[in-house]
Amino acid sequence: MAPFEPAALPELLPVFYRRLFPHGPYGRWLSYGGVKNYFQLREFSFTLRDDVYLRFQSFSSPQELERELQKINPYKIDIGAVYSHRPNQHNTVHLGAFQPQEKELVFDIDMTDYDDVRSCCSSADICSKCWTLMTIAVRIIDRALVEDLGVRHRLWVYSGRRGVHCWVCDDAVRKWSPALRAAAVEYLSLVKGGADTVKKVNLSHPVHPFIRHSVNVVEKYFEEYALRGQDILGSPEKWDKVLALIPEEHREALQAEFPRRKDSVQRWELLRARLERTRGRPAAQGPCYADWEVMLQFCFPRLDINVSKGLNHLLKSPFSVHPKTGRVSVPLDLQRLDQFDPFAVPTITSLCQELDTANSDGEQEDGGATEPKRRTRDYKKTSLAPYVRVFEQFVEGMESARRGERIRRSDLQGDF
Amino acid sequence: MEFSSRARLKHARLAGDRREQYPHSLQFYLEPPMESISLVEFESFAVDRLKLLKVIENLGVSHVRGTDVYKSKLESELRKLKFPYRALAEDDYEARRKDHISHFILRLAYCQSEDLRRWFLQQEMDLFRYRFNELTESLMQKFLEHANLSFEAIGEDLKNELANELSTSTPGFNLTKVKEQMFFKVGLADAVDLFRARKVFIKDGFAYVPFKEIDVIVLNNYRTKLSKALALTARSLPSIQSDERLQPLLNHLSHSYVGPDYSIQKNTGKISLEQIDALSVKSFPLCMRQLHRALRDSHHLRHGGRMQYGLFLKGIGLTLEQALEFWKKEFIRGKVDADKFDKGYAYSIRHSYGKEGRRTDYTPYSCMKIIMSNPPSQGDYHGCPFRHSDPELLKQKLQSYKIPPSGITQVLELVKGVHYQLACQKFFELTHDVDDIGFSLNHPNQYFTESQKLLNGGRELKKEFNNSGNFQQKNNSQESTNSSSTPTSSNAKADTELEGLEAYFTED
Repeated sequence: MAPFEPAALPELLPVFYRRLFPHGPYGRWLSYGGVKNYFQLREFSFTLRDDVYLRFQSFSSPQELERELQKINPYKIDIGAVYSHRPNQHNTVHLGAFQPQEKELVFDIDMTDYDDVRSCCSSADICSKCWTLMTIAVRIIDRALVEDLGVRHRLWVYSGRRGVHCWVCDDAVRKWSPALRAAAVEYLSLVKGGADTVKKVNLSHPVHPFIRHSVNVVEKYFEEYALRGQDILGSPEKWDKVLALIPEEHREALQAEFPRRKDSVQRWELLRARLERTRGRPAAQGPCYADWEVMLQFCFPRLDINVSKGLNHLLKSPFSVHPKTGRVSVPLDLQRLDQFDPFAVPTITSLCQELDTANSDGEQEDGGATEPKRRTRDYKKTSLAPYVRVFEQFVEGMESARRGERIRRSDLQGDF
Repeated sequence: MEFSSRARLKHARLAGDRREQYPHSLQFYLEPPMESISLVEFESFAVDRLKLLKVIENLGVSHVRGTDVYKSKLESELRKLKFPYRALAEDDYEARRKDHISHFILRLAYCQSEDLRRWFLQQEMDLFRYRFNELTESLMQKFLEHANLSFEAIGEDLKNELANELSTSTPGFNLTKVKEQMFFKVGLADAVDLFRARKVFIKDGFAYVPFKEIDVIVLNNYRTKLSKALALTARSLPSIQSDERLQPLLNHLSHSYVGPDYSIQKNTGKISLEQIDALSVKSFPLCMRQLHRALRDSHHLRHGGRMQYGLFLKGIGLTLEQALEFWKKEFIRGKVDADKFDKGYAYSIRHSYGKEGRRTDYTPYSCMKIIMSNPPSQGDYHGCPFRHSDPELLKQKLQSYKIPPSGITQVLELVKGVHYQLACQKFFELTHDVDDIGFSLNHPNQYFTESQKLLNGGRELKKEFNNSGNFQQKNNSQESTNSSSTPTSSNAKADTELEGLEAYFTED
């Protein structure tokens, strides 16, 4: 497989938008069953080469979107809100009347926000060791979305470089106000403080069920990720950083014992056991949750509230290509989350190569308007296929829910 | 006999119906009133509610909401203005009807701008909160049922199932308390503040709120409803404003001053000109003290200042003759000679006393008017110092009046919070050495009257007669005849100091 070269994008993108991008399910997703002009009022934004940026693009139908994509071949696609008027006509609207009306609730989890707690990489780099943080984040947030916030239709997507996005698409949620969105992010936030805060997680007794559930998730990954992978208690330097997060009364004893243990796993067990003993303390002295606080500080998801709060915030579209890595923003299969490998995600280069190989097995040559159907289903011949399948399942899930709702409503009305 | 007993029966039946119309002492104001009322009632209801909301604003700043002193003061105001003040009052129909109607009238006046809406919403929320919290638990439940709020109480079985979760997520609720209190299943949007801070258990998109917190939920609900209603009302405003009977009242309500207008001077002739300097320091509000000082220093005031200060002086009891003497004496020390004064300024002073032209007796400006209209520009000294002065300069001025630093801080805090009249009240308290001004300040003349009352121990203002006053009177009357025979048009040379007399013809 040849590596991805950004310079090749102008050549590859036309192939991508003609033969790989899943226009069918994509259009079905954003039409949301054809409700009241939803698709026509949606803002898209395109980034072209040399960072030329086109906002407030809108289209009368998914077919028109497909044609435009194949004409313009943008480097990047962002999805915005559903507005009060067609975004491409926003200049004709009286100032103040053009307002965002609805949008999916979105989350953006970025690996750079964890730089203070990962030692393997920093900034835009990721590796298989720290990718676990994303796995943990998805599990914690997804559980909360479904069980606590009562959400059903959510799409998790690999961002293409160093993080994940989540699109929550329930009908009711798309109507949430910015205040409600901000409240949801706050509910999901535990890590507070910037560069000048040493201890970023503080728990008090009693511990809210949300926190308890989240700790349960972290516990499953902590040994492998933090103790072995990141080796957070591997050396005096490293364990001092951890001990700084524990109350003073425990530090000395642990500091004395640590050198006598052979690795992070053993040291952690010491620390954990010691703190767990405090849990039985009467309320006056207060049980101490410092071990949980450490786990959470190293592993709990860090969300950017600004991405989620505003209705008019633009977010990279699923199946958009990342211009720097060439990787496609593919949906995550929650059933196989632990096996996801960001480095195995197909790049636009690799996909086009796969198409070439498939071509040489007797594909017909360019025929203009002939066989557009076969063309746009070419992704099935490539490693993009399983990701599109996940996406289709997601869209089908929403469609069947809509059907069920219609039936239920017509039953109520006594229609035949 | 028969006639009267039938009438009594009818009355009894009506009373029953009326009780049904307003079964609770408070409401969400979801349905507008459908009856016909007289314009008199329309206006008086609206004015009374406005007074109430202003008191609520005042109390909210001077006291912590929900404390005993706050509650007792609010209750007495509600009684005074004949609004519902007690949850179980019998035959509260009139008060509840007034509450209902006046709320909807004020909506018309206060939906017109973002600022007005915000103010109205804040005070109505405070009023609602007070009333809701005065209800007993059982009345609260009845009210919520009646209001059809979809807060369902969860059954015992579910509560037992969730007992652990409820006790670990709701602050102050151990397992015992969870078993005791009722919990309500509430949509997330209604419990935003609780769930964002993880102070409540949520599951499947619902929050499980203890009865204790239900008032926050109900209040959020009320705020949302009222906010939407105001926005809707604003959209239908053009058609309302075209009604000639309502338009003037509605326009005035949102800018109005509701109180005595000081146009009828009970104290005419009780003040002598010699007293004014001393009075300006002791009993004048800051705005008038400032104007008086500027007049003494520059021997002149521009039009805005002359109007604001001149009418104030009329309100404290200066007669027309005294006024003419006062202004003339001062202006002559400046650049104006006696002749010019008589030909220009004297006319307008008489005009403002209603002795010329339209002969309308102009009323002294209220605080609201001074704060909201005709802001001062360079070279002006009128306006409200708390509103129009740069805070730094205001601070220096207060320091020069020897106000203690803690007092200055309090005043500046109020100014920052846009509570200009309250800042002036604080100024009154600091300069008169009292803890509580005891009234709601709305008018500069009110400040003066109350100040004098305080300083004179409630005695009548001293009457002062001096010969010079009488002598001046004679002179003045001569001058007035002179002026009235001279048409102003002949003076219409471009004399900038006389500043276009047309300005005098605008009504206040």
